Amino acid sequence: MQRILLFLYSLRVFLIFIGLEVLAIWLIFSYNSPQGAVFFNSSNYFAGSVLQARDGVTGYFTLGAANEALAEKNAELLSRLSVTMQPADSAYLEIDSVLASQYEFRSAKVINNSIRLNQNHITLNKGRKHGVREGMGVFNEQGVVGRVKGVTENFSSVISLLHTELLISSKVKSSSVFGSTKWDGKNTRKAKLLYVPRHVMLSEGDTVVTSGYNAVFPEGIMIGIVDEVTKGAETNYLDITIDLSTEFSRLTYVYLVENPLEEELDSLYQMSGVQNE
Amino acid sequence: MNSRSFILAILGFFAYMAVQAFVLKNVVLFGSAFAFLYVIYILIFPLEIKTIPLMLVSFLLGFSIDIFYDSLGMHTASLVLVAFLRKSWLNVHTPTGGFDDNTDPTVLNMGFGWFLTYALPLILVHHLAFFYIDNLGTDLYIPVIMKAVSSAAFTFILGVIVQMLFYKKKRGI
Repeated sequence: MQRILLFLYSLRVFLIFIGLEVLAIWLIFSYNSPQGAVFFNSSNYFAGSVLQARDGVTGYFTLGAANEALAEKNAELLSRLSVTMQPADSAYLEIDSVLASQYEFRSAKVINNSIRLNQNHITLNKGRKHGVREGMGVFNEQGVVGRVKGVTENFSSVISLLHTELLISSKVKSSSVFGSTKWDGKNTRKAKLLYVPRHVMLSEGDTVVTSGYNAVFPEGIMIGIVDEVTKGAETNYLDITIDLSTEFSRLTYVYLVENPLEEELDSLYQMSGVQNE
Repeated sequence: MNSRSFILAILGFFAYMAVQAFVLKNVVLFGSAFAFLYVIYILIFPLEIKTIPLMLVSFLLGFSIDIFYDSLGMHTASLVLVAFLRKSWLNVHTPTGGFDDNTDPTVLNMGFGWFLTYALPLILVHHLAFFYIDNLGTDLYIPVIMKAVSSAAFTFILGVIVQMLFYKKKRGI
């Protein structure tokens, strides 16, 4: 017995090394999956407030671009508003309230962002207190940005579209063919559109938007433009590359969208045994 | 380890962590050369530290950096690996006549040639481990090696510059 203990003692450095590595690898696998539970990330209170202080300084350097983008969005919204404003002489019919209020929007500011790794994350300055929930969709005036992964009281962390495990349900605007957008980890301006069958006719320049199927994003938010279509090597699907419309290197302000009916949809899917990607 | 070098080590810990999280996180040359300067902190830690405390220090450092990178465990795993390999690598690399007492293995104390052959392989091991974990599940092997090699060169050059600017040569008796 004593010799076994002595033997183990002589191996102590190696054993502690193995222990620490196993702990680290356990952390990697339990906290880095897109839907994994979150506490030790940049949305926790300490890291979040430090990052926000830094953003208070660096935010001034991008004020010009941010103002321009917001002004553009405002102009677009105003033009839409003028269409929906009811002229005084027409009759007005109330639409069903379920249709009218399916999505809720909030705005937030990006305080931390990465684009160079394979699993990129974004931190926002809004948290549970401001109504952010896990699973909300994130986009800006250019297009889709990502999906909320973890929320704390004041901050939230978002899986960027530039994350090799995030799938976004999408469709081609002109033909309504649907597929899933996924980043392949190579170029921050390009992504792949998966699961489009071979018989579909697509041309370069077609617009890809969100499909609205998985209830995270409303239908029709811009994702990108088809850049290249080739026959995939061995699968039944086309190999489609799209140019992402969002410039991830210059994110400043983003919008969060919540579908209050998502829970109902999810339970419906569960009840009927439907698998959604 | 006297109290002065102990305090310096703690200050260094926070300085490297802050610089990594707030400055170097945003510095990526040509889309592939990352600067993981905190590896240098573990590499030039005073010689008299044993491997086990060094591994604990690197676990803490890697963990705090992971929190800011949102990559829990990745920096930790690769940094602990470096701390584990350091002692054996130092034994292989002992200069003739051995180390002086209480010297740090910095570029100023040991010379550029020695530091190059000591630090570069360990930095490369760290970067290969890190990018391998980062790309787990994808098949991007060439980009991993590209990123690791270019980042190792960048980290090494940055590390040498930092030591030239902020470290002092230990006086001989």
